[in-house]
Amino acid sequence: MATVATDNVLFETLLRLGDDSLILGQRLGEWCGHAPSVEVDLSLANMGLDLIGQATHFLNAAGAAEGKGRDGDKLAFHRDVLDFRNCWLVEQPNGDFAQTMARQFLFSTWQELLFAHLAGSADQTIAAIAAKAVKEVRYHAELSGEWVVRLGDGTDESRRRMEEGLDWNWRFIPELFEIDDLAAEAAARGIGVDPTVFRAEYDRRIGNVLTEATLVAPKDQRPIVGGRRGHHSEHLGHVLAVMQFLPRTYPDAVW
Amino acid sequence: MIALKDRHPGEGRDRGETRRDFLSRDPGLRRDDDIWQVLEGVPDPEIPVVSVVDLGIVRAVTREQVTITPTYTGCPATQVIERDIRDALDAAGYRDVAVETVLSPPWTTDWITETGKAKLEDYGIAPPSTALTATCPQCGSIDTEEVSRFGSTPCKAQWRCRDCLEPFDRFKCH
Repeated sequence: MATVATDNVLFETLLRLGDDSLILGQRLGEWCGHAPSVEVDLSLANMGLDLIGQATHFLNAAGAAEGKGRDGDKLAFHRDVLDFRNCWLVEQPNGDFAQTMARQFLFSTWQELLFAHLAGSADQTIAAIAAKAVKEVRYHAELSGEWVVRLGDGTDESRRRMEEGLDWNWRFIPELFEIDDLAAEAAARGIGVDPTVFRAEYDRRIGNVLTEATLVAPKDQRPIVGGRRGHHSEHLGHVLAVMQFLPRTYPDAVW
Repeated sequence: MIALKDRHPGEGRDRGETRRDFLSRDPGLRRDDDIWQVLEGVPDPEIPVVSVVDLGIVRAVTREQVTITPTYTGCPATQVIERDIRDALDAAGYRDVAVETVLSPPWTTDWITETGKAKLEDYGIAPPSTALTATCPQCGSIDTEEVSRFGSTPCKAQWRCRDCLEPFDRFKCH
């Protein structure tokens, strides 16, 4: 493969998008065979598949932008924690079903708005992936929103669990709207988007579902950020250990 | 979204292209061409009653190239479909015809042909529609309910008929 000059802003932008999808897809895969019912098991596995599909497209494109001969598999399985660019929200542990659904709801609502904007990206690959995936992500947001309502406005126990799930994940929202120098440059070039432009809409959508679920939003806590620059929680290393074990131990393994 | 598009007028040939725009372009070979016939014979690996042409996976066919598009981003059958098409072309003597995958314009259930929808229904899968309730493919009742938004594959939801009590798959509409 010919080596071309790396477009670092494009490369990092694609890594951020791809790593979000990859890590959350892997997290959802952990539920396979453990969900409360077979229908829910299928829902979680299918959402995971959608996310892994997004990650494959984004990370293959990242490899092409980097121009050093790495493809999506190489980027997924042969990078260490410090090289991952996903946000903290997606690496959070599954917890119980309510905590998983709270995480999904907060993430998918954001990702749907993000992809709707990225469908107009100046980078044709990003635009095509986003336009294709946004329809699927809308499904994720609706499905997880319905569970927030069902559990929040359910029994005392389901309500308590959903409140705890939202409490756990709430402090990772600000990172979704963080705009650092790299994100600002990507937005200025039209390949990325400044997420603050849809913050109000995000808050409105989250608020509507919480109201329907008869829940109140958790108090804002000190935000935790840094995932976009490779600073992660202790949880990500464990995710990677499971995900990367086989291809690292048997580098030539194929199906 | 609008603002972003306005900022980059004319950039990117397929930005925002719709199915109608796409179909107005040169469709390549006539539908009765041999290559189309070969592709008509390639079944979808998950729902073998419909072909990759019925499902709208095949976008365009020329002497040099078959252009295909994946249905769902996470569809695990995508690679199998590409390989099956390759094998069918090779077997029919079209080794020099390339298979190219495009993402844009995105696939929607609108790309499924009328023949494809009829085949799905015969097979027991309610074809995609924007109606609030599905029509039971077993008994034709519209007294049906959704059991799960995700069914046996990413492209289908699980439904149940309240009249004949049979469960059935419904192709998700989007």
